[in-house]
Amino acid sequence: MRKVLVLAVAALLGVAAGCGGDDDAGASDKLVVYSGREEELVKPLFDRFEQETGIDVEVRYGDSAELAATIAEEGDNSPADVFFAQDPGSLGAVEREGLLAELPQAALDRVPARFRDPDGHWVGTSGRSRVIAYNTDALTEDEVPDSVFDLTDPKWKDKIGIAPTNASFQAFVSAMLLELGEERTRAWLEGLKANDPKRYEKNLPVVEAVAAGEIELGLVNHYYLYLAKEENPDAKVANHFLTGEDPGALVSVAGAAILETADHADAAQRFVEFLLSDPSQRFYVDEAEEAEYPLVAGIDAKPGLPPLDSLEGPQIKLDDLGPELEKTLELLNEYGFTT
Amino acid sequence: VSRTRAPAALAVPAIAAVALVVLPLVYLLLRAAGGGLDVLEVLGRPGTLTLIAKTFALVAAVTGTAILVGLPLAWFVVRTDLPARRLIAIAAPLPLVIPSYVAALALLGAFGPRGLLQQLLEPLGVERLPEIYGFVGAWLALTLSTYPYVFLLTGAALRGLDPALEDAARGLGRTRWALFRRVTLPALRPSLGAASLLVALYTLSDFGAVSLMQYDALTRSIYLQYRSLFDRTPAAVLALVLVTFAAVLLVLEERSRRRVRASASGAARPPKTIPLDRWRWPAFAFCGAAVGFFLVVPLSVLVYWTVRGFELGHGIDVAWQAALSSVSVSALAAVIAVVAVLPVALLAERYPSRWTRTLERLGYTGNALPGIVIALSLVFFTANYLTPLYQTLALLVFAYVVRFFPQALAGVESALQTVHPRIEEAARSLGHGPVRVLATVTVPLIRRGLLAGAALVFLNAMKELPATLLLRPIGFETLATEIWKYTALGSYSRAAPPALLLILVSAPFVYLLAARRGSDVSAPG
Repeated sequence: MRKVLVLAVAALLGVAAGCGGDDDAGASDKLVVYSGREEELVKPLFDRFEQETGIDVEVRYGDSAELAATIAEEGDNSPADVFFAQDPGSLGAVEREGLLAELPQAALDRVPARFRDPDGHWVGTSGRSRVIAYNTDALTEDEVPDSVFDLTDPKWKDKIGIAPTNASFQAFVSAMLLELGEERTRAWLEGLKANDPKRYEKNLPVVEAVAAGEIELGLVNHYYLYLAKEENPDAKVANHFLTGEDPGALVSVAGAAILETADHADAAQRFVEFLLSDPSQRFYVDEAEEAEYPLVAGIDAKPGLPPLDSLEGPQIKLDDLGPELEKTLELLNEYGFTT
Repeated sequence: VSRTRAPAALAVPAIAAVALVVLPLVYLLLRAAGGGLDVLEVLGRPGTLTLIAKTFALVAAVTGTAILVGLPLAWFVVRTDLPARRLIAIAAPLPLVIPSYVAALALLGAFGPRGLLQQLLEPLGVERLPEIYGFVGAWLALTLSTYPYVFLLTGAALRGLDPALEDAARGLGRTRWALFRRVTLPALRPSLGAASLLVALYTLSDFGAVSLMQYDALTRSIYLQYRSLFDRTPAAVLALVLVTFAAVLLVLEERSRRRVRASASGAARPPKTIPLDRWRWPAFAFCGAAVGFFLVVPLSVLVYWTVRGFELGHGIDVAWQAALSSVSVSALAAVIAVVAVLPVALLAERYPSRWTRTLERLGYTGNALPGIVIALSLVFFTANYLTPLYQTLALLVFAYVVRFFPQALAGVESALQTVHPRIEEAARSLGHGPVRVLATVTVPLIRRGLLAGAALVFLNAMKELPATLLLRPIGFETLATEIWKYTALGSYSRAAPPALLLILVSAPFVYLLAARRGSDVSAPG
């Protein structure tokens, strides 16, 4: 009995070590990326980079904010070379810990100034616009409000869906705070609250709820429509893009940064340049199922999407969204959206 | 009970084990201390009090229903001539292997606003089901995940019950209900206490169910604070509130336990089977309803999603490699956890004193913390002070041991309580030292308890997600990370197959756990 147990433990140790894959000695010459972007969405990019450059990449997938917190705890000992994040907030948080290196100007210049850090510590790699998703059975596009401020009209009572604990909704409220100030934001939150919006954990469930007719309007990012259609091709939902400087027209980015302590700084730089290269940017148009916006000039978005230049959005800096988040959370908390 | 001083051979490893388990607490104190006066500010927020009240309500409700579901199930299965009791004995603890985030997703899939039930009822004109989001949903999902603790621990205690007690009571002409209330229930108190504690700690620390059901418990707020990325003080303070909560529960449970200590007798004959007579079918209906709601419903939803995935043309890609990884790290963690809790449990049970009991209670506190807090604390310590260990399998296994130490502790302790110290005293009188006696007499006697503790750790490690994501070696996929990969995208049709695989792979271990002392469960006499 005891022998069996010892053998079993030894076997388990062997299997576990085997599952670990690469031995630690080899890991040191691989580029290490912490990716808050989902494996299903970005793995093809990593594969292509490995093929093109011969540089091996190790990717740790996780939630952007959790990975940012992890890098903050790791401090100078972070094994990460690159942080590839879902939102400017996570990138900004790591930047404020003083852990990001400056990116080369050539890389930064690939994207318009509004989609990168003014100090050059991170750069946007793909864009997403806030939209109002609507149920196509219940409404025609004309009937969908052209401003988030119309959502406080009592006629939308019980018909709106939001994801208030989700980073993208919070970034949108932060944008409103930055652009229009606390007073108007409070008034809007109060008006929205009076309409009893339904709360969801994430954007996709909002879109699905719109498609199912559970609600008529949803405040989400534009690309979730494509993910919902992937799950259910007949989903009765479409996007309405807002125009002008309405905070509901916010265009934000996913982006990348290089750690100050990167052991493989050259490879990291090549990786960031790769993400901003024409073929990689075209990936979002031609291959990726979720249809984000490419940010590099001269590459048009997926057919059916309004061109990126036409999306104005609030006149704010994406870099300022992060520091505003604390206040946003306080307000959302105060009005009972997140408790 | 021995009054001699605790031998160093036990005390040293016990102290070392608990010191490692409380590392996350040390981290939280460091973070909170760094916040200075902000600590008071966070505690003083009106929202904080609401969070505490809501968390308390959830813990109380879940613990209550876990007992109301788990205890009757255990009693019917172990003690009565319930129809199909073997089948129910196997099915009843199975929800234990369903991760709470999957349980919540599945319940939403079944009873949510666009769920299967709604679709079934739509032709009948039902347009809206009662709201499941919020308290009700979190309560149901967590009851699902936790009642098996009550079922398993009280079931084991019922099997070990001395029939002489009941015979005596019956001889005095007591009714069946009085018999249960006056004799059986008091004898079950220790196991019921241990199970309630595990249920309450699980509920306190759970994030998956409360976030999906949108119930504002403390853990949800802690996650939100981490997401906000500014200042880590509020998250640390709220986490310490959780720990305080746990400490109160631990003291309460300790008190209730002290009153009924040492009631076990080490009964040699199996307890009598009680005929249910005209209550057979109502009892069967109750058990069937419980198993149906908590096991068949979530499984059906997962199967439905899998089938829908087929229809959408997703290929079948069985994650065998991930399953093998999950099983091997979880099994390692289970073995190590049991070895680590053994000295702590032996000390607390055989050399009870203020300090040994406190040490044992400390071993439970970390379990009140959500996984992300434990994960980040280990990130902090290992990345900065033990760099070679950082993000290795060894660290991942260690994280599991830290997180699920209490499950192992509860399993081993409840087994120890069934071995009378007099047996050890007899061995001592033959001239053996105390440690030798524990090793050669006690441990072999409780090996089933060790297995039970190991199985509980194993099953929890199989479904662990937050620490796994941050601490695993890069590229090391477990079934939990496979499920997360797709739920993060909201693609349930792709998340369902690995979730089913997780349940399938874990099920045999639940069977081992439930059917231990298999002979007792066999055909009614």
